[in-house]
Amino acid sequence: MDFILHPWPWYVAGTMIALVMFLLFYLGKTFGVSSNLETICAMGGAGRLVDFFKFDWKAKSWNLMFILGAIIGGFITYQWLTPDETVLLNPQTVQDLSDIGFQNAGAQYLPDEIFSSETMFSLKGFLILIVAGVLVGFGTRYAGGCTSGHAITGLSNMELPSLISVIGFFIGGLIMTWVLLPIIF
Amino acid sequence: MKNIKFLIVGILFGIVLSKAEVISWYRIYEMFKFQSFHMYGVIGTAVVLGMVLVFFFKKGRIKTYLGDKITVEPKQKGFARNILGGSIFGLGWALAGACPGPMFILLGRGAMAIAIVIFGALLGAFFYHAVKSKLPH
Repeated sequence: MDFILHPWPWYVAGTMIALVMFLLFYLGKTFGVSSNLETICAMGGAGRLVDFFKFDWKAKSWNLMFILGAIIGGFITYQWLTPDETVLLNPQTVQDLSDIGFQNAGAQYLPDEIFSSETMFSLKGFLILIVAGVLVGFGTRYAGGCTSGHAITGLSNMELPSLISVIGFFIGGLIMTWVLLPIIF
Repeated sequence: MKNIKFLIVGILFGIVLSKAEVISWYRIYEMFKFQSFHMYGVIGTAVVLGMVLVFFFKKGRIKTYLGDKITVEPKQKGFARNILGGSIFGLGWALAGACPGPMFILLGRGAMAIAIVIFGALLGAFFYHAVKSKLPH
């Protein structure tokens, strides 16, 4: 039981993610989370505005069940499997974050500087959250996949488009982390 | 409910990414700062094992539960869409500290601010399909 309550090491997580991918293929499907964004748009009636969304979203309801399960998995872990939410960080990381105005880095999973209710109801905080989301939604659908579809499934299948996409993930991620975050905060 | 099995796999996915702290904003920040091996280890292990799985899929040694051959659908080709789309996603990933899977998992933890990020992601996906004919692919 002790093992379950402690944070899981990378090799356990990586193996379990490969297991999730295996189970989805074994069940005749595929592993890719970001296509759910399109499915939810279609379900919400986006087809009235943009023809693309006129596809039969019910055919993809298996994937909606998968993310519903992910939400439940997050709830279960939060309620019963995470007695300590501290994220052990490299002291350099804590220092770097402190330098750009993030206090108590690693005290919990998410920084208050972005996710606290006080921040989310401020104009700047709200804009940061919505813009981050738009970038993720737009970018993943433009590239045709996210971490699960490109970085894990696509690279496992040794696909060039996925390798190019992952290089893109890093171009964007490095620009945000090294250049833009210090300006935004 | 034949889809219940996907719900169960999803629950496993949610627990794994939560327990390995992959859903933590800080784990994404440190990854892009090259200050921790954690995320590289997680994704690297999944990819190496994934390659082994795909090898057996292609050989026909692992089939679906119905006995059908497993095929991994190839991704759409195109340099511009992958490098530009990937970079746009990367900007959002590093800002939100969450890619699409973790966004939903965080929602299950009651992190209300993430609902705004998810709403933004839906807007972004909608917007892409509204303007895609004007973009290079």
